[in-house]
Amino acid sequence: MSEMSADEVKRHVRVYVTVFVALLALTLITVAISTLHLKISTAVTVAIFIASIKGSLVASYFMHLISERKLIYAALLLTGIFLVALLFLPVSEWSDRIAR
Amino acid sequence: MEIPYTVTTRSDTGLFNAKLGIWLFLASEVMLFGALFSSYILLRVGAPVWPHGWEHLNVALATLNTAVLITSSVTMVMSWASLMMKNFSRYKLFMGLTILLGLVFLIVKGFEYGAKFSHGIFPRESTFFAIYFTLTGLHGLHVLGGMIVNTYLWGPGSRIWKSNPARFTNRVEIAGLYWHFVDIVWIFLFPSLYLL
Repeated sequence: MSEMSADEVKRHVRVYVTVFVALLALTLITVAISTLHLKISTAVTVAIFIASIKGSLVASYFMHLISERKLIYAALLLTGIFLVALLFLPVSEWSDRIAR
Repeated sequence: MEIPYTVTTRSDTGLFNAKLGIWLFLASEVMLFGALFSSYILLRVGAPVWPHGWEHLNVALATLNTAVLITSSVTMVMSWASLMMKNFSRYKLFMGLTILLGLVFLIVKGFEYGAKFSHGIFPRESTFFAIYFTLTGLHGLHVLGGMIVNTYLWGPGSRIWKSNPARFTNRVEIAGLYWHFVDIVWIFLFPSLYLL
């Protein structure tokens, strides 16, 4: 990112403001949906879906992941694989209990 | 001896060293918070009953804190953009705002904790509160750590702007990547703990 010109940065600033408004709107939407007290499985799906969109916006635009080097993508892919394995470890324990 | 690749990029990685370093550090942070999220899922799925976060926690204050942290992410990236546009006074303004917003976040969190403590609610109260205090406490420590670095870059650390502006801009970019990561962690903590 350091090799960007000042003009390019100025264009980026407009994107930052748009992303900021989107993040605030998505926060209000997720809070509004939570007041509907949906069934827990639906509520979890919707809340995590909205959080994922917000997280992706921050990572893509504020952290400039949308135009980053391949090495960083590779490191993050590896991290993602291990994270998913870590998050699903409890599921294996749970299914083991059901099998018994 | 001069530290290599603080400004210029390495030909093999295509990055300056600190950029690769911070991303590897953030990868380890993903695993740290991932392990705690995994524990949260295990505890919640395994519990016979689990309270709704909104029944016990202050959603209004947490929503305010979400807005505060999102705003601080914008001011952080704007402080870096100001340096890229060679505007040091605007950098000082936006970095100062970022530090202040981090402080507001911690003060609001302090009010939330204080309200719980005054009602005799501590981590030992229940599994729900144990995981709530662990996750938000660790996140709060990350906010504090980011504020310390940002304050250094706002104050004494900003002196190298005059002698080596490109190196200073890279330092601010690195601090920003950490700060945005802390924002992303909160973006997931907020619905998981307060809204479900």
